[in-house]
Amino acid sequence: MVCAPSAAVFAAPKKAYDLSPVQVADGLWMIEGSTEYFTSENGGAIVNCALIETGTGIVIVDTGPSRRYGEALLEVARGLNGRGVTAIVITHHHPDHFFGNQVFGATPIHALPETRALAASEGDGFADNMYRLLGDWMRGTEPVPPNADIASSLLEIGGRTFQTLPLSGHTGADLALLDQKTGTLIAGDLAFLNRAPTTPHADLDAWRAALSTLEGIDAAAILPGHGPLDRSGQSLTQTRAYLDWLEATLEDAALEGLDMVEIMASELPPEFAGMGAMPQEFHRSVAHLYPQIEREALPLGN
Amino acid sequence: MKSVYLMAAVLLSAPALALDEPRTPLSDPLQSGMWSYHQKNLLGDPEKIEFDDRVIVSAPASAEDSFNVPVLVDATALEDVQQMVFLVDYGPIPKILTYWPEQAEPKISFRFKIDQATPVRAAVQTGDGVWHIGSTVIDAAGGGCSAPAAAYASDDWEEHLGKVYGRVWPDRGRVRMVVDHPMDTGLADGIPIFIIEDLELANEATKEKLARLELYEPVNEDPAFTFYFPDGALGSEVRVEGRDNNGNEIDALISAVVSQ
Repeated sequence: MVCAPSAAVFAAPKKAYDLSPVQVADGLWMIEGSTEYFTSENGGAIVNCALIETGTGIVIVDTGPSRRYGEALLEVARGLNGRGVTAIVITHHHPDHFFGNQVFGATPIHALPETRALAASEGDGFADNMYRLLGDWMRGTEPVPPNADIASSLLEIGGRTFQTLPLSGHTGADLALLDQKTGTLIAGDLAFLNRAPTTPHADLDAWRAALSTLEGIDAAAILPGHGPLDRSGQSLTQTRAYLDWLEATLEDAALEGLDMVEIMASELPPEFAGMGAMPQEFHRSVAHLYPQIEREALPLGN
Repeated sequence: MKSVYLMAAVLLSAPALALDEPRTPLSDPLQSGMWSYHQKNLLGDPEKIEFDDRVIVSAPASAEDSFNVPVLVDATALEDVQQMVFLVDYGPIPKILTYWPEQAEPKISFRFKIDQATPVRAAVQTGDGVWHIGSTVIDAAGGGCSAPAAAYASDDWEEHLGKVYGRVWPDRGRVRMVVDHPMDTGLADGIPIFIIEDLELANEATKEKLARLELYEPVNEDPAFTFYFPDGALGSEVRVEGRDNNGNEIDALISAVVSQ
């Protein structure tokens, strides 16, 4: 990199995302995120995004963690199709999935109605935390909630049709999208692969029900919210196995009277220890889920 | 007031003259700007005080939930522990809790509300009067002290007030309990301080006092504790009694048998 000498004294080179679209189906590309937790090195590029070609341009599913990421995504889309971006779909309201929205101006940004409401009410709080975790990568980022409701079971954009599956469990509203042309299921964060699932807004029973719905779809491939493309359905079975183990572990801990710090110190089973973002995500899940689980397990004394 | 003290410490460069200088200056392993202030003002400027690796403070490196930060303090490597004081260096209300283990092990788990990234300290006093200090650092997004209690989102919080959920494991020397209480810090707009001030555990069969706690505002909403006891110290039933600052009394019997 060549810098003007005067600038080099004052400004460090701007951190840039290196987004490489990989074609995974006809007219469908995936940008695969790191399986790490948010760090100031990865800039929050830990999420998977999809770019899908239609008759009017590219549909982007999920816009990443920051304004700068959204700009990089827009560049990728323009490289794939000269018409640029025709629409956005957001799977759920977590910041790594929608904080690139502000780049897309008046483009329709589709989401479930509850996702729109949650993005509006929780966006600023998420932003505070993302600036703390990612620093300069977040510069100029402002949360822009999706602007259009998904209210029917089919979404047609530029001649390409997607089946919409309004589910929940990872959050209060999780959208999965089935591309009817290729049978690719874009599962959002209902499915993780080789990366620990996250639970800050999880309802484990609803999540398992959503996984059952997704298992009932004969998808040609599953694009999980985090982790590599899945052509065998492994992302669904692994996510379910992890949620089952997590809940059983916390229930057992409550029956033993363990404190959260004691649970966090316990060793993870080999099948989950190697997942990306471990043990951080396990520690986070203990904090999210244990107070309620132990409260239900302890008898009332008065 | 705090900033005035700190300013004085900075301006008066000769250590012996600093207004802030404790009687026994320590070298804080975390080099926090607030430690000597707390040593003086919260611990009463004791003469016999030291940082001591035998006081182990365990907590997650980062607070996932600012309203419920878990901490486990273990001072069982020390003999004859009299009291354990838990505090943070940075936060609007630094003192969290004082624990008198009495018949219990000098070890306890609790949760607290964190307002910003801060060192967390356990100051443990032994029978010879010496204070032994253990520390860890917790990173946090913050805001835990100045928000209304989540309980107020439901209509029936008053019915739950003072309810104790708990269980005794006599063979394992363990008592776990959760006490329903908003634990209002007084820092949220228009909501005065409303906290449990005292809790006491006693052996129901022998009436022997087992352990005692004094709680301050930073303890989490619906305080949750694990207490640890030596072999044979626990019967099958533990009486929990306490009181909040509005005079509401807490009285519960928790037992080894799971009642369904």
